[in-house]
Amino acid sequence: MKMSGAEILIECLKREGVKHIFGYPGGVVLNIFDVLYDEKEIELILTRHEQGAVHAADGYARASGKTGVCIVTSGPGATNTVTGIATASMDSIPLVVFSGQVPTMLIGNDAFQEADIVGITRPCTKHNYLVKDINDLARTVREAFYIASTGRPGPVLIDLPKDVTAGTAEFKWPEEVSIRSYNPTYHGNKWMIRQAAQMIAKSKKPVIMAGGGVIISGAAKELRELAETAAIPVTTTLMGLGGFPGSHRLSMGMLGMHGTYYANKAVQDADLLIGIGVRFDDRVTGRTSAFAPGAKIIHIDIDPTSIRKNVRVDLPVVGDVKNVLRDILKIIREQKGQWEAVRKSWLKQIDAWKREKPLSYTFDKKIIKPEFVVEKIYEISKGRAIICTEVGQNQMWAAQFYKYDEPRKWLSSGGLGTMGYGFPAAIGAQIACPGKLVVDIAGDGSIQMNIQELATAVVNRLPVKVAILNNGYLGMVRQWQELFFRERYSHTRLDTVPDFVRVAEAYGAVGLRAVKPEEVEPVIREAFSIKDRPVFMDFIVDWREKVFPMVPAGAAIDEMIFEEEKKPEKKLKAVK
Amino acid sequence: MRHTISVLVENKFGVLSRVSGLFSGRGFNIESLSVGETIDRSVSLMTIVTTGDDQIVEQITKQLNKLIDVIKVVDFMDVDHVEREMVLLKVSPRKNDKSEFLKLAEIFRGRIVDSGPATFTVEITGDEKKIAAFIELVKPYGIKEFVRTGKVAIAREGVKKT
Repeated sequence: MKMSGAEILIECLKREGVKHIFGYPGGVVLNIFDVLYDEKEIELILTRHEQGAVHAADGYARASGKTGVCIVTSGPGATNTVTGIATASMDSIPLVVFSGQVPTMLIGNDAFQEADIVGITRPCTKHNYLVKDINDLARTVREAFYIASTGRPGPVLIDLPKDVTAGTAEFKWPEEVSIRSYNPTYHGNKWMIRQAAQMIAKSKKPVIMAGGGVIISGAAKELRELAETAAIPVTTTLMGLGGFPGSHRLSMGMLGMHGTYYANKAVQDADLLIGIGVRFDDRVTGRTSAFAPGAKIIHIDIDPTSIRKNVRVDLPVVGDVKNVLRDILKIIREQKGQWEAVRKSWLKQIDAWKREKPLSYTFDKKIIKPEFVVEKIYEISKGRAIICTEVGQNQMWAAQFYKYDEPRKWLSSGGLGTMGYGFPAAIGAQIACPGKLVVDIAGDGSIQMNIQELATAVVNRLPVKVAILNNGYLGMVRQWQELFFRERYSHTRLDTVPDFVRVAEAYGAVGLRAVKPEEVEPVIREAFSIKDRPVFMDFIVDWREKVFPMVPAGAAIDEMIFEEEKKPEKKLKAVK
Repeated sequence: MRHTISVLVENKFGVLSRVSGLFSGRGFNIESLSVGETIDRSVSLMTIVTTGDDQIVEQITKQLNKLIDVIKVVDFMDVDHVEREMVLLKVSPRKNDKSEFLKLAEIFRGRIVDSGPATFTVEITGDEKKIAAFIELVKPYGIKEFVRTGKVAIAREGVKKT
């Protein structure tokens, strides 16, 4: 049967199991939107900005594990997606982004709303396509979903010239996908796996460092079994939060620049570091030459380019984390070691570090401490909310003071560090998980970067909660200025503008405010009870509060500064 | 260390920019690059010469492999192989030097492919050392123009490419 390109596209999406698309219409995608007008099985969520659409699709993907889908128009519509695509690329999130393009005849002519989006997104997509022939459309869509969701996932962009979606062709669905040049390695090398099990057995002071790969591969159960069986303490990266239960006795929380004292200490003192689904980002390792100096490093990852990119690796295992952990676990179980006894003194040492310097802040009766707000959200949500964050102090406090016991409950832009990510991501997560409590922990700076999405949330009756830790500053940059730039607060003061309660109300959302510590709990409880609209909670917090512990850039991760040291030592110099 | 890397790629538009973008985006340098179709017209072969320490070259080959359109990557560093490059030089020797220059070209198995009242265009093929030596020797005769193809490489018979 002959179908139009737009019809073929939507038919392909149905066969890929797509239920929701985030998007924004425009001239060259009119044919696609016209087909969507009558479409019953697929719902398009109209955002108010294309960046919001991509972040929403990203949040949808992170919360559900499915591939997020966007449709935008050419030119500015397409370029507006770039930040969202780069965010997803850095965090390995499966997305398929369809951008309209001017008709093939006009490509390269500087036509109205033309941009070379395939060229622009080449370095920030896993792969991208320009469909020049309608007969390639179905196969291209099939390949895009396959590439986006397999191996190390990532965003794929398909550029669709107007004549391709407007033209007609015979629809042929390719059942099989095979790309001769794309064959991810899913199973680890047997010899490497045996070596890894041996190294674990021999180690006296092992540490597991778990990252986003654990969540992507669905390996939280295997990770927990390995940690419990072999009595290995676990620290997670920012992306790995929820990959191992934060409230588990073997959990040391997050490591790195704002990691816990005990996680950083343990990594630096370990004789074996097992990196699982991580890429050893600079925010995690600090100065690489001083990272885990006494440890042999096992690195398990599906992406061979992650291995030996940043740190030395003694034993690389390329494969899907779930498969590799399962194989290692099998050997470990056969060994029947008395692991608890072997690791007793190591675990005791870690407990001592935990007691020595736990995560803490000083509660104040008069002024709201941002950490207190996060703690209260944790308490009142009973740790079961899906937490999205923006970027900066809000993100770090949300990582430190909320314990994530399950995967896919923590949605945060880790790699790119995109301010404005959290709110649209929360919208996407709420659409993926309609009954669940979704909270965006935001700052007054970040929330303003995609505040227009309030309209999307109101129109779609999404009860997303936004907790704005409002300190009137770009807090994290201000913190660096205080510590490393002699308190010269250059352009970080936002003057507590706008009035977020009234902004929320203007959009038809609910706005609540807490100024005193005793108002925090009632505001959160009231917000959580609203089920048909988004809520902004404006928490006026102590602007002086800083995120601690902190490892200055370029320092080793055990060279931390803490709250009580009001000033950093002179030797700690900021390096970009 | 200088490495010669051959990259088998899908013969599609945009592949060259994916490969070159990979280098520029990571601050890796391309010294030379040559591309051509293979017997199978759906596949092209790129020969890239680049420099870097072991870690950089390891990253380069891994990143190349990661590109969806790349089918196979061979670093000739550890492979017994033959390398060739072709250079065309337009030289203007003085009247008295002409026969000497022609003899020199002959020694290097150069071929005169064009000549005019003032210049000879000589074609020379060889490995890196031979070409460098020839250029050095020809310099005094006055090189007017100079163009090179970039290196191509092929493994010797029986050598297993990993």
